Amino acid sequence: MNCNDALDLVHGYIDGELDLVKSLEIEQHLGVCPACKVQYDQVRELGSGIRAHALYHAAPPALRARVAAALPRELGSVSRNSIWGWGRMAVALTLFTLLGLGMGLALLQPGAEERLAREVVAGHVRSLMADHLMDIASSDQHTVKPWIAGKLDFSPPVKDLAARGYALAGGRLDYLGEHSVMALVYRRHGHVINLFVWPQATDADSGVRSDSRQGYNLAHFARAGMAFWAVSDLNAEEFAVFVGLVRDQVVSAR
Amino acid sequence: MADSARRRRFEEIVLPHLDAAYNLARWLTRNDQDAEDVVQDAYLRAFRFFDGFRGGEGRGWLLTIVRHTCYSWMEKNRPAEVSAVFDEEKHAEESAAFDPEIAGGGNPEAIALQNAHRRILDQAIAALPLGFREVLILRELEDMSYKEIARVIDIPIGTVMSRLARARKLLQESALLRSISGLPLAELRK
Repeated sequence: MNCNDALDLVHGYIDGELDLVKSLEIEQHLGVCPACKVQYDQVRELGSGIRAHALYHAAPPALRARVAAALPRELGSVSRNSIWGWGRMAVALTLFTLLGLGMGLALLQPGAEERLAREVVAGHVRSLMADHLMDIASSDQHTVKPWIAGKLDFSPPVKDLAARGYALAGGRLDYLGEHSVMALVYRRHGHVINLFVWPQATDADSGVRSDSRQGYNLAHFARAGMAFWAVSDLNAEEFAVFVGLVRDQVVSAR
Repeated sequence: MADSARRRRFEEIVLPHLDAAYNLARWLTRNDQDAEDVVQDAYLRAFRFFDGFRGGEGRGWLLTIVRHTCYSWMEKNRPAEVSAVFDEEKHAEESAAFDPEIAGGGNPEAIALQNAHRRILDQAIAALPLGFREVLILRELEDMSYKEIARVIDIPIGTVMSRLARARKLLQESALLRSISGLPLAELRK
């Protein structure tokens, strides 16, 4: 073995990654080559120095709370019978933080609809973060629909509305409240519309109810046993047209 | 998989590795806030892709996602750092020829590295190019085997070893530079 071979292999040797034959070769070389032996000693010291002194960045408590808060929103009511050690603490911390932010009142008794609206906006914002928008990118409803069918136990009506100026861009799975939901993604002039769909317990239809918060327009209605929530930063007028189109095509899908 | 069973498995397999996730993200992004954002993002992805988890080691699986999320984030926000990986690798290849002067110099500053002040050591590690920093962190701070690292980074095991060798060499050189460029030795000792 020459010094250049030894240069890399010394690392494998120190890390306990070499097989017996290579280990013996290295040991033999280190026995006869003082320069490599010095290198070996220094690398070993460097390693133990790093392990002993380099900073291990443990997750800050606030992050535990943040992840815990983000996940249960997707997971459902995980916090109630939490089994993870820090779960309860995290929930307490979250509550504490939110109370500190003056959101306590809303958090203690939010109406179901209020809570859902907040989750819908959060889901929309999250979907706009890098690579979150779509699990399947396709404007072809015949591609999107079977893909969904393999993932969910319900079959949401998927229609491309490109002819009307609202192009289907794809879909993804998401979690709202207690449900696995389908998120259909539409685009209009560079604006993204998230349409969340999931089955409801009742068949009762409801009219469109609109709202806006944090600069996003929201609308929801129930039809044909499904709940629909749409959210976008699109202007209110075009957004309302979109919601109307969706509502109409649900009926025609049945 | 039923939702509740899925949730329970996620809690048992993935959530306990939050520290490892943050440690990697923090060392790659070198910023507290960015690391927190990346970790939260990675956890949401991990949960979404959890059905694709085929058993085995939860930490490695999660760290693969954390690393990927880090890179996506950095490509978007700090593209120069990501492309620097390859420049530096080329540079390191060229300068990798064995130099017994450096290795065998045996000067006290090099040996004193073991006792180097934490801050200086951290700075030296943080200054490593991304591609070298990640193998070093996974090996020294997460104590992962070459095989596990190879899987997280998606490179051959031999490349793990050579990158680790380069990382340590760069570190030795940078620490040497620091210690001989005017810092009194006393400051390097604990």
